[in-house]
Amino acid sequence: MSDFPATLSARAGGMLRAPRKSALFAAMAALICLVGVAQSWSLALAILNLCLISAIMTLGVNIQWGYAGLFNAGVMGFAALGGLAGVLVSMPPVRPAWQAGGAGVVLALAAALVTIVAAVLVHRRIRQRGYRKLAVALVVVAGCFAARALFDPAVRAIEAVDPSVTGYLGGFGLPIVFSWFVGGALAAGAAWGAGKISLGLRADYLAIATLGISEIIVAFLKYEEWLSRGVKNVFGLPRPVPYEVDLQNAVWFQEWAATLGVSQVDLSSIVVKLCYAALFALVLVVLMWLSEAALRAPWGRMMRAIRDNETAAEAMGKDVTARHLQVFVLGSAVIGIAGAMLATLDGQFTPTTYHPLRFTFLIWVMVIVGGSGNNWGAVLGGFVVWYFWVEAEPMGLWLMDFITSPLAPDNPVRSHLMESAAHMRLVVMGLVLLLVLRFAPRGLIPEERR
Amino acid sequence: MEDVVNAVVLVTNFLVVPATAYGCQLALGALGVTLVYGVLRFSNFAHGEIMAFGAMVTILVTWLLQSWGVGFGPLPTALLALPAGMAVTAGLCLLMDRWVFRFYRRSKAPPVMLLVVSVGLMFVINGLIRFVIGPADRVFTDGTRFLLTVREFKALTGLSEGLAIKTTQTLSVVVAVVLVAALFWFLERTRTGKSMRAFSDNEDLALLSGVSPEKVVAVTWLIVGALAAVAGTLYGLDKSFKPFTFLSLLLPIFAAAIVGGLGNPLGAIVGGFVVAFSEVFLTYPYRKFLAYLGPEDWRPDGLVQFLSTDYKFAVSFVILVVVLLVKPTGVFSGKSS
Amino acid sequence: MSFLVGEELTGGYGGPDILQGCAIAAERGEITVVVGPNGAGKSTAMRALFGMLNLRSGTVHLDGEDITALAPQARAHKGMGFVPQTDNVFRSMTVQENLEMGAFVRDDDISETLDEVYGLFPALKDKRRQPAGELSGGQRQQVAIGRALMNRPRALMLDEPSAGVSPIVTRELFERIVDIARSGVAVLIVEQNARQALELADKGYVLVQGRNRFTGTGETLLGNPEVRKSFLGG
Repeated sequence: MSDFPATLSARAGGMLRAPRKSALFAAMAALICLVGVAQSWSLALAILNLCLISAIMTLGVNIQWGYAGLFNAGVMGFAALGGLAGVLVSMPPVRPAWQAGGAGVVLALAAALVTIVAAVLVHRRIRQRGYRKLAVALVVVAGCFAARALFDPAVRAIEAVDPSVTGYLGGFGLPIVFSWFVGGALAAGAAWGAGKISLGLRADYLAIATLGISEIIVAFLKYEEWLSRGVKNVFGLPRPVPYEVDLQNAVWFQEWAATLGVSQVDLSSIVVKLCYAALFALVLVVLMWLSEAALRAPWGRMMRAIRDNETAAEAMGKDVTARHLQVFVLGSAVIGIAGAMLATLDGQFTPTTYHPLRFTFLIWVMVIVGGSGNNWGAVLGGFVVWYFWVEAEPMGLWLMDFITSPLAPDNPVRSHLMESAAHMRLVVMGLVLLLVLRFAPRGLIPEERR
Repeated sequence: MEDVVNAVVLVTNFLVVPATAYGCQLALGALGVTLVYGVLRFSNFAHGEIMAFGAMVTILVTWLLQSWGVGFGPLPTALLALPAGMAVTAGLCLLMDRWVFRFYRRSKAPPVMLLVVSVGLMFVINGLIRFVIGPADRVFTDGTRFLLTVREFKALTGLSEGLAIKTTQTLSVVVAVVLVAALFWFLERTRTGKSMRAFSDNEDLALLSGVSPEKVVAVTWLIVGALAAVAGTLYGLDKSFKPFTFLSLLLPIFAAAIVGGLGNPLGAIVGGFVVAFSEVFLTYPYRKFLAYLGPEDWRPDGLVQFLSTDYKFAVSFVILVVVLLVKPTGVFSGKSS
Repeated sequence: MSFLVGEELTGGYGGPDILQGCAIAAERGEITVVVGPNGAGKSTAMRALFGMLNLRSGTVHLDGEDITALAPQARAHKGMGFVPQTDNVFRSMTVQENLEMGAFVRDDDISETLDEVYGLFPALKDKRRQPAGELSGGQRQQVAIGRALMNRPRALMLDEPSAGVSPIVTRELFERIVDIARSGVAVLIVEQNARQALELADKGYVLVQGRNRFTGTGETLLGNPEVRKSFLGG
């Protein structure tokens, strides 16, 4: 049997699809420009920047779902780890805090590490079954108490250091761009742990385990004040781009604004956002290039083979679980990078903003709408869905206003509807997800048959 | 000796009583998850929101009853409204199945697809709830607040520690016991119940035996909807109703269902109590308890708390991880490996 | 015309055709055995007779009635029973509940049939409160057959009843199957264990690559040197 006709038709399909892809991206650009014209260019660029970050996050989820069919319900947690990386890399170290409790925390971590090593050793050495479990449990409990004894006083000391401003260990004072790598690494580490436990079991277990791990990561970031100030938040992360005020004070900038005939404030805001956009676009291009290369490589072919028929791939000697772990870690790393970029853009780290509907399930809508399995689709999905998520609020308000216009302004039904309009976008997103899955399961830009 | 009694009363008041009520609520939630898993073979991420929906309907009907001046004496009016909540939620589940799940079931989509679809439904229901009742915190219990107050208990026993039992806690236990008994009677004794178990055990063989899959699925959704409404209402009565909390309840509920073995109803109940008791016992500061048991005038230095209450969800996660590592089919051997 | 007849059966599971025009017929009161090498389509042919396969062509008749278009559940209503090779009991349910499920489509009193099945397999009566998943392989096979009998089938099809069962238990199982056939049921068996099955067959089919190769009474087939050489190991 020859698959030649299939190859031919796939090629023809690819050629037909190229204009569609360009047209969709052009339409997206037009939509963003529309915001620029109708509302403001600063807002349009703000949307563009978040679109870029969403696109990267979506790319990460697409690597997991589109390439391998893995459901990650913990996008929120991996993105939050990226944000933590922003704090740890860029903030200056708090020397008094290190003096007060740095040693204690390091010792506690060392004790935890020793406990783990000891538990593994005990597990290997002891052969009798019941006895072994008991011994491991004893080691773990003893280790926990030892670590806690070192940890608790250290934490109290750190959190007592000027709590209204610091009260945490601070970071390494490095340029924040490094945090993008560190964020990826942190997320990859967490993903490795979650994957090790739940991959190889049913697909649902990965979903539930990642849901759990992300809740715990966010809880950890909220309550461990010694590390990242918890709900007290970290403000003023250093920027990789110039500050508006500095621009406005520069003579060349003032002259430039005068020649363009726009206010310095507006121009500075636009320039700063453009700088961010350039940085983010660069990351997106690099990641996109890597993802596409990976998909075309034998590795990508193997991943698709595993996704489409796990049993057959296993029969051919592929270690499905190991491949899944690999792809899960890679995808989570990309999510972590995007999380760090988001903290960079925000200039702050606020653990309470990590909400699963916004950070996990919205990203899912992006992947499904864009076209799972297709990187271009994922990127487009990130753009489209973020755009409508942001713009849905004014649109929804306008729509509600229109629908309820026959009612008197002080009518209780009308005021309730107007108040609740914002919640409708959740309903709309859910409906979009359901409708796309049902009637266009391949998304805006379907996966190409290679 | 009196110190020991006081210590026991302390633990009962702050640990056993709340954990039992919470365990009942979790068990009812986990039963719904496990039934869907057993019959439809996917993890229903929308279950938390279905519970919230049921609680919301019950609250709305409660308000309606209250506006008519109808009460239930010492018991919360919500108990009168509960059947309405159960019926409407069961109807919602049937609609969900008809409009959404049935298509994927018939096209034999992989379970993870149904899971993704349930995420979409989660969005929709969550949005609807916030649209209808708003995101605010609601307390909707009325009637007598306590079955037994601290003061009564102290007067009765002369102990220095008090014991209070809230009406809502008692209600959680009583309603859960009645419902679970009814459910097990249904599953074990009736023809439809047996066909549900058969379908969950071995779908192909059930079809060969002439079991109608549509009927089994419909009955399952009816039960799941009713149970979810009760679980959501009891949780809301005991704590308060807040649309956000139900999303985070998903983790302990899944942990409970997996501990007991997904698809195994008895396991879900045991799992609910395992998760609830671990959560409460591991996040309780034992300082006062140890002070009672230790020598005179001695108190431990710290709070003697294993985990801060901020991490109570971590407890369910750790339980989940241990079960996945040690026995992925659950303690009571569920369906999946 | 025979009681249960499949003719010109052609089809597979979506891929290439596994059945290529084979024909099988079974009579009431007789045992019909289908044997053949691995991958010959024996089990597929049986699934085709029970409607668990989309046939591309061919017909299935039961008692003169064309049932080609009926779903498996409908065939169960018509009095056909099927015992799959694997997963043929409800493991979490008790023996008694398994048997009750076998009679699920019946509305009348089942206690008489229940007694008959317990009479046929007395071991099951002692274990009727035990979950079927805890039974030994042979007893589980008895539950599976008993479950199919509860619907009082006129045609009973068994897919490799001897799989995973010791030879002694197989012998006893086959004796029971003979009893069932003698009570007026058309029994159709697919067997890997060709020699033992053909010994009790009234009629035998040898399938090769989805086609009929030899047909005859069990005795003739056992006596046929070519059959012996190719399929019975000399």
